[in-house]
Amino acid sequence: MSKGKIIFSASIILTSFLLAPLSTARDTIEVVGSSTVYPFSTVVAERYGRASGKPTPKIESTGSGGGMKLFCGGLGTNYPDITNSSRRIKMSEFKKCQSNGVKGIIEVQIGYDGIVVANSVTAESMDLSRKDIFLALAAKVPGEKEGQLIDNPYSTWKQVNASLPDIGIEVLGPPPTSGTRDAFAELAMEGGCKKIDWIAALKKTDKNAYKQVCHTVREDGRYIEAGENDNLIVQKLEANPAALGVFGFSFLDQNADKVQGAKIESVSPTFESIADKSYPISRPLFFYVKKAHVGVVPGMKGFLKEFTNERAWGEDGYLAEKGMIPLPTEMRKAMAKNTLSLIPMTGQEALK
Amino acid sequence: MSKATEHLSKIKHSLAGRNRAEARFRWYGRIAIFIGLAAVAVLFGDIINKGHGAFRTTYINLDVSYDQDLIGVNNLADSEQLSAGNWDALTKSALRAKFPNISGRSDKRRLNNLLSNGAGFDLKDRLLESPQLLGKTESVWMLADDDIDTYYKSWLAGEAYAARLSDKQVIWIGELHQQGLIKLQFNSNFFMRGDSREPEQAGILGAAIGSFLTLIVTLMLSFPIGVCAAIYLEEFAPKNRWTDFIEVNINNLAAVPSIIFGLLGLAIFINFFHVPRSVPLIGGLVLTLMTLPTIIITSRAAIKSVPPSIREAALGMGASRYQVVLHHVLPLALPGMLTGAIIGMAQALGETAPLLMIGMVAFIVDIPSGFSDPATVLPVQIFLWADSPERAFIEKTSAAIMVLLSFLIIMNTSAVWLRKRLERRW
Repeated sequence: MSKGKIIFSASIILTSFLLAPLSTARDTIEVVGSSTVYPFSTVVAERYGRASGKPTPKIESTGSGGGMKLFCGGLGTNYPDITNSSRRIKMSEFKKCQSNGVKGIIEVQIGYDGIVVANSVTAESMDLSRKDIFLALAAKVPGEKEGQLIDNPYSTWKQVNASLPDIGIEVLGPPPTSGTRDAFAELAMEGGCKKIDWIAALKKTDKNAYKQVCHTVREDGRYIEAGENDNLIVQKLEANPAALGVFGFSFLDQNADKVQGAKIESVSPTFESIADKSYPISRPLFFYVKKAHVGVVPGMKGFLKEFTNERAWGEDGYLAEKGMIPLPTEMRKAMAKNTLSLIPMTGQEALK
Repeated sequence: MSKATEHLSKIKHSLAGRNRAEARFRWYGRIAIFIGLAAVAVLFGDIINKGHGAFRTTYINLDVSYDQDLIGVNNLADSEQLSAGNWDALTKSALRAKFPNISGRSDKRRLNNLLSNGAGFDLKDRLLESPQLLGKTESVWMLADDDIDTYYKSWLAGEAYAARLSDKQVIWIGELHQQGLIKLQFNSNFFMRGDSREPEQAGILGAAIGSFLTLIVTLMLSFPIGVCAAIYLEEFAPKNRWTDFIEVNINNLAAVPSIIFGLLGLAIFINFFHVPRSVPLIGGLVLTLMTLPTIIITSRAAIKSVPPSIREAALGMGASRYQVVLHHVLPLALPGMLTGAIIGMAQALGETAPLLMIGMVAFIVDIPSGFSDPATVLPVQIFLWADSPERAFIEKTSAAIMVLLSFLIIMNTSAVWLRKRLERRW
């Protein structure tokens, strides 16, 4: 056989094996979504795979918004079965799902995550209020007269609040694409922002302007977008004791010898304080399941059963070990029952 | 003085200066090479320093009794019983037997945390391998938890890191150490397993096989297509505006950022042809698009370097153009083409950006066994581990980089070797 013939027949073989897998059905569960839920979802998937001997679910970390987009793309094996989210589904996303034929969506809240503001253990520990955080990081802050907004003039923490140390404001945090950033803006920045009376009043008259003021982070180099990699922020904090960092609680939990969490409103970020909600910057974590895929893609029920099992998401479960804060016992029971009997969302929920 | 001697003395005068300039330039060159080598040495030193620990991992020796009632399994052939079996009970009872004086819920929990939470499943695998052990007792080296592993390694190195452990756990490990029941051992899991969220169970094999399968698809598609295109363009195509236009475009494609090929792959292969996401097939297709220009360009250069006298001689003997190319030009140009292909493959091996779009940046535990099984690749595995909160993943990340680098070194060395071996100079 000449070389030409070899090349020709090789390309025929290649084309045929290229087309072969297009018709095969999927036997692996596909999960997409939030990078915050990813570390928990993956643990459950792995345990489920090892215990059952079935294929381990495949999990992609696409971010909450990206996950919803894929999830709501449609029904069928070309679209994911489950999406993780570090915020509740939005009304617009729910409607998009419905219009693409994704009708029965089961909502599962799995627990909470705390967002911490931390600095190096070699530096002085901070005690911040949400108002301090807002004043230090907002693009525009209230001026001397009521109703007046000026470009953020503060360059040290002492200028923001006389009881804070005299060090320059330098905060490393996630970029706008991150769910952590959304939650930080909503819970920490807005939480501090509405302590200022006239801005809180603005919420009733001009909601957009209110959001603009409360959620916009300054861009003069005092807030540094450090990418989605929280390990990198920890490393930078270690090298620079003057800087503060914003990231998820599980990274603080793992690096307690390098970084310390600042107290927020005099509450330290600990497992207990996030669980009983006395720590103010925490958020719920969810995942969403397509009801129509249960029973079609093998193993969906088993995966849901593993996730909602006490040994997984309970107070002593392996997810708590990984840094997830469990739901209260009653809520867990109700949620597990709801999930396993596959009761979908009605569309009557108060979504944003 | 004549004009000639005048010139001569001028030359003599400037000679020392010119020699000095050359000596200076040589030094600049040496310094440049030194800086380059120093950068490589620092990089490698840092990676090896951080990653060498990952090749050994901590094991704890305990007496395990395979009690049928404890696991709830009396028939090892019954898969239903096996999947419902309480395998963690084996490790828990073994730990309890070793430290009988422990009471209290939280202390018991801390005790259980000494072992990896996959240790129970490892015992299951062991029992399936040798079923006669059911109902018997044996002493087994079992995988320790990653926090224990990190602590034990740092403690042996003299700077103990105990922030994740309780005081009691530290004491227990001390006791085990005195009795010789805890040790570091070669980490075979790292080379035998797929990804895991537990650092002590995480391995590189899944990603390595994923890379291998992806590269096979890439090579089998891009090499024949690239070589055909190069031969046609060099030997058969007329030289006109069209071929110039094609050449400019190929050169452009070689410089396009790789993420663009990922977007293209998403739009064409996944959304239009419905190739499944996250499989080596789609990865290979996308990387083919990326390496094709490199292979075409190097193959054309290899064909160009075959002297025209060879072609003329063959034509003179009455060979057709097709015969000239296939019998004479191609064999002589092949070493150059192969070198190009290997360098293209090495490039493809290190890519993550285009794979992001097509779902290969994912948590995949099962080791892929074919082109349509979900898979990830080595650089993606490095990225995922670098992003994980568990501290023990830091050394895994560096170890995975070492594996990737050694593959790259092997590929690049074989490219040099092939060239030395097969190249003919004219």
